[in-house]
Amino acid sequence: MFDLDRWNEIFETIRKNKLRTFLTGLSVASGIFILVVLLGIGEGMRNGIAREFEQDASNLIFVWPGVTSKEYKGLNPGRRIQMKNEDYNQLLLLFGDRIDKTAGTFQNWGMVLTYGKENGSYDVRGSFPAYQELENISLTSGRFIDLNDLKNSEKTMVIGHRVKLDLFKDEDPIGKMVQVSGVNFKVVGVYTDPGGEREESRVVIPITTAQKAFGGGTNVDRLYITLKPEDSFDASVAASTQFSKELDEFLKSRHTIAPDDNSAIHINNTLENAKRFFTLMDMIRLFFWGVGICTIIAGVVGVSNIMLIIVKERTREIGIRKALGAQPLSIIAMILHESIFVTAIAGFLGLIFSLALLEFVGPLIETQYIYNPTVNFTVAINTVVILVLAGAIAGFFPAWRAARIKPIIALRDE
Amino acid sequence: MIEISNLHKSYKMGANSLHVLKGINFSVAEGELLSIMGSSGSGKSTLLNILGMLDEADEGSYVLDGVPIKNLSEKQAAKYRNKFLGFIFQSFNLIGYKSALDNVALPLYYQGLARGERMDRAMSYLEKVGLADWAGHLPNELSGGQKQRVAIARALASDPKVLLADEPTGALDTKTSYEVMDLIQEINDEGRTILVVTHEHDIAQMTKRIVNLKDGVIIEDTVVSQVRALENV
Repeated sequence: MFDLDRWNEIFETIRKNKLRTFLTGLSVASGIFILVVLLGIGEGMRNGIAREFEQDASNLIFVWPGVTSKEYKGLNPGRRIQMKNEDYNQLLLLFGDRIDKTAGTFQNWGMVLTYGKENGSYDVRGSFPAYQELENISLTSGRFIDLNDLKNSEKTMVIGHRVKLDLFKDEDPIGKMVQVSGVNFKVVGVYTDPGGEREESRVVIPITTAQKAFGGGTNVDRLYITLKPEDSFDASVAASTQFSKELDEFLKSRHTIAPDDNSAIHINNTLENAKRFFTLMDMIRLFFWGVGICTIIAGVVGVSNIMLIIVKERTREIGIRKALGAQPLSIIAMILHESIFVTAIAGFLGLIFSLALLEFVGPLIETQYIYNPTVNFTVAINTVVILVLAGAIAGFFPAWRAARIKPIIALRDE
Repeated sequence: MIEISNLHKSYKMGANSLHVLKGINFSVAEGELLSIMGSSGSGKSTLLNILGMLDEADEGSYVLDGVPIKNLSEKQAAKYRNKFLGFIFQSFNLIGYKSALDNVALPLYYQGLARGERMDRAMSYLEKVGLADWAGHLPNELSGGQKQRVAIARALASDPKVLLADEPTGALDTKTSYEVMDLIQEINDEGRTILVVTHEHDIAQMTKRIVNLKDGVIIEDTVVSQVRALENV
């Protein structure tokens, strides 16, 4: 391998046969390039979807009522279901041992908030302290609403980052008073949400205050629940699915809804969705691998083809060399050495280009479903090695045949 | 130098078998310049190929410089070709992407010589054939006569016992042919054994002995008085 003379021979051959070398290299480099980019995009899609699920607690079960669609026990369809505080309390009583965190919300859309001369229209959500974890929001300053606020129906408010920017500009909002429909609330905290601007243009107040101040009675609009974690992802999914089912039955019986009426109670089980998405993602990844491997196979076939042509083209030269005393092994070594050298260099070039593309263009991709496309470097290196080996094996047989051609026949080849 | 007895060779052509050499007996002494003549199909090229270890006889014995050439492995054949024989072809058979110098140095590469020594020796042979100034040129930048002289230099480079020339002037005009023959005669004058296959009488007359082949047998083997090529140029 480190025979300087053979390296010289190879460099000379490559220099004198630029097109041939270029074509071999191109098929290898493009194969690697396509594979790495595909794997990168696959990984990016996975990251993108994983990020989507980061917005809320990843094992969140989310309940919102709708309108009945079936007649049941003498009640007409088209009845709007409204949950009450009592539903929430019963829920705690019945399922308390399984529940990790829970919160109900009473929400009012499009309330006008006024601070000094600034005003704007935002969603106002009455909720519980646990809402913070359930919505996966974090505070940038101040505190979240606490149990005291809830117990005393304090007029305290936590505002989203967008709301802070709109109403307060650069001012520190903590301790300032904001008016909502003529009621003054004291800002106690500012939050940020990975879900983005839409989720940051809301304010959160104690549910007790919301129900009193905005005529909610004991109404609860939504329920947020997380369960105590299980040992494995699959066990968590199973527990969560089971819980959703029981919760559905519980709410339907409380509100006299037909058990098969799917429009009256909506239960969104994030974990179940996540599992579905991750299964889908695994399929997509598998598909990308499939495509990538096919690309590699195409690359190997391309390399073999070119090797065949090279050997064919060099038959006469091989005959001359043999007549001058080249041994069969030296012919095989010469051809293989060249092909391995070319495929290796081209493979690494393809790898470098594709990694550079992922590195520099990847972060610029601004779609929701592709995020931070990267590729496992070991995997990439392995593919290059596999391609080089495959190219060598593919090149070996024509080389072997060439080495066995009788020089007299090779010399006759015009 | 070369001892051949009862050499047979036939080729299978589908169902038929073509008997090309039907018992050839002859010997060549060291320092001879011999031409093998015959019309096409007479078996002269086959004979040369067997002598050159590019092909193997079916029957008979072939001894080259005391070494029996029989049942050689590819590897051994390659070694013997490199050590014993120098080839000159009608179509020159130079490697197109190598310079004249590199072409001449190629047999030395297969002898395992170091690069510096290869180049020195190749250069001295190029000088010998009068092409030192053309060392860096590619074959397609040379004329036919120049190409053949490079090929002769290459054949000489490994310092072989025997030079085998297959129609060395077949692709050249008369004047160039005679120049090439002059070179071959000069090399023979230095004592090297040379076999030339040709079908041209004037070329054959420039050797010292003519072996005439017809239908796979030697019909004539005569020593001739050599015509010096230089006189006819």
